[in-house]
Amino acid sequence: MKRLLLITLLLPLAAHATDAGYKLVIIDHRFQTAELTIPTGTKIKLTIENQDATPEEFESHTLNREKVIAGHSSATIYIGPLSPGRYPFTGEFHESTAQGVIVAQ
Amino acid sequence: MFATAIIVFREVLEASIIIGILAAATRSVPNSKRWLSAGLLAGLAGSGLVAAFTDVIGSLANGIGQEIFNAIVLGIAVLMLAWHNIWMSSHGAALAASARSVGKDISDGNSACSVLLVIVGLAVLREGSETALFLYGIAASNDGGHSSMLLGGLAGMLAGIAVGYSLYAGLARMPMRWFFAATGMLVLLLAAGMASQAAHFLIQADLLPSLAAPLWDTSAVLSESGLPGMLLHSLVGYDSRPAGMQIVFYLIALFAIFTGMKWVARSRQAGIKK
Repeated sequence: MKRLLLITLLLPLAAHATDAGYKLVIIDHRFQTAELTIPTGTKIKLTIENQDATPEEFESHTLNREKVIAGHSSATIYIGPLSPGRYPFTGEFHESTAQGVIVAQ
Repeated sequence: MFATAIIVFREVLEASIIIGILAAATRSVPNSKRWLSAGLLAGLAGSGLVAAFTDVIGSLANGIGQEIFNAIVLGIAVLMLAWHNIWMSSHGAALAASARSVGKDISDGNSACSVLLVIVGLAVLREGSETALFLYGIAASNDGGHSSMLLGGLAGMLAGIAVGYSLYAGLARMPMRWFFAATGMLVLLLAAGMASQAAHFLIQADLLPSLAAPLWDTSAVLSESGLPGMLLHSLVGYDSRPAGMQIVFYLIALFAIFTGMKWVARSRQAGIKK
């Protein structure tokens, strides 16, 4: 019973740990962190902050994710759990400059 | 310019395919074209609004408002498509046979048509708002080459509309005895694909478990960035790296709507025999 209680108490902490998450920033139609390393086998929360005035669409076929981020705003997506590998992503609205990759290892 | 054309094409394609299939499927329903056009206009107006309030929608529910919004829009569309398809499976043939004659058919057809308005409106709303945002971004940016990019956008839009129209024209030429089976099947797959997309958004928002992600990976064989993959994605909901949960949603929608169609068709036949 005591152990159960302890686990219940720790659960919110565990949830919070994943919530801290990772962040990408878009400035001038570029991802400021072009390569983001995350651990494998766990779900992560990714916040993308678009500091440009124009909207952007975060898109990755390999991650199976897509999300529009309005100008001067942030968006949240959840990724994974991933197996080891490189997962490229783009800002679809400015594909020539907005390129990046998530490395799961 | 070319990149712009492709992006706009991709966004327009899905709505265009939905409208093409529905326009063909309801060809014999009186007034269906009027309702489809009304849906298109409502969707365009709505997509402007959604585009303008993207930041508001996005920031709802701790940053997953967009996914919830998309999932709700898709969910309603799936229900409407299901209802419509089940309705058509029992009334479609009768409507075609009576060939827009009786007044009763028109009042009967109106309820089915109001559903058309909602489906088309929602399809245009979702894809249109992204197109609007993208084009707004081009127009608002200060670097040169606006006009060529906007021209590309226009070309992509026309190409997307052309695909939907060809689909309509092709289906309209189909012999009557295959026509209802074919359009019924297409609408069924369309709805299942949308159910899978709804699941995709809920997984992205962490509201649903992914259940094996991806379940398979066929991106090397048939990528969604190529034209065939793009078309299949819009037509039957093809996904080169689907999560297990997407397949669950796909199959449930497929099975539920199919059963509904068969059941209604059979009970109607039984009714005629009596």
